Amino acid sequence: MRLDLLAALNAERLARRACVMVTELESGAQRLVGLDQVDADPLAGAIREALALRRSRLVGEGAKRAFIAVEVPPPRMLVIGAVHISQALAPMARLAGFDLTIIDPRTAFATPERFGDVPVIAEWPDVALPAYGLDPFTALVALTHDPKVDEPALIAALKAGCFYVGALGSRRTHARRVERLQAVGLSPEVIGRIHAPIGIDIGAASPAEIAVAVLAEVIRALRSGVAHAEGVAA
Amino acid sequence: MPRSDSMDVTESDVLAAAERWRREGRGVALATVLETWGSAPRPVGSRLVIDAEGNFLGSVSGGCVEGAVVGEAADVIASGVPRTLEFGVADEAAWKVGLSCGGKIAVFVERVD
Repeated sequence: MRLDLLAALNAERLARRACVMVTELESGAQRLVGLDQVDADPLAGAIREALALRRSRLVGEGAKRAFIAVEVPPPRMLVIGAVHISQALAPMARLAGFDLTIIDPRTAFATPERFGDVPVIAEWPDVALPAYGLDPFTALVALTHDPKVDEPALIAALKAGCFYVGALGSRRTHARRVERLQAVGLSPEVIGRIHAPIGIDIGAASPAEIAVAVLAEVIRALRSGVAHAEGVAA
Repeated sequence: MPRSDSMDVTESDVLAAAERWRREGRGVALATVLETWGSAPRPVGSRLVIDAEGNFLGSVSGGCVEGAVVGEAADVIASGVPRTLEFGVADEAAWKVGLSCGGKIAVFVERVD
């Protein structure tokens, strides 16, 4: 790999933009293909498919054999609410490879003593989100139970095409949330992307068990590729 | 010097190290998993960066064949000619380095120029 191509690839990763590196195995020739260059590439169809599934792959035969390396940004998890579930979720999510940040405007909750070296931003989502930069490679997990805090973040995450959007709360709580989101103009299809009640159904009861259920659901969304394909198209 | 296949090492770390090591003037090779058959420990696209001294970061097999890949990388750094290596249980060399999961993998090794 040429150093300039490697540097360009690292710059794309740092900017959290998806791209692919195509290597022709016979000649060793390589090219970096950004999302805006996919359509013009001779391997456009295969590249689109690889990006949608987030899966690197070999294509072609003999002298035409090429490797498409999918380079997508590392997944992040943004947690709204510095609550008990977040305390359990933070170390688990990090072990699973997520770059995790917590936002909670309630300064009594958002203390370094409770979260160690996990970045905790003691601001309202509307203030903190522009600098954070939600994107299709981010999971948004809303855990405050407080519509004033959770809902601006949920709306922003749906608009940004986050690969996972989940919100804590019972079916009744969620039904009222859906009414409020409809009232601000979100379509039923978009609202339907919210995972609520949050987490896969394992009968979780304690904060740590709920954290496991949430993390499992986020991983399923990440690996299923469906939400990601929507994000790339957005 | 990092000699690690730790679970904390991300793909971004590996690629960043490849660029940094090369800029430091070190001979550098990048190994990438091209194809897997059966129960391979690391997915297609996983990477390992190796320098001319045999230091490495990342993983292509969770530890089974890294030693062999590092050895081949020295030749690739010297010659500049990329090569594709295959490891599997049907392969005499693979028995020695031991892909005990019974899987088979192809690894592309290229020099960073």
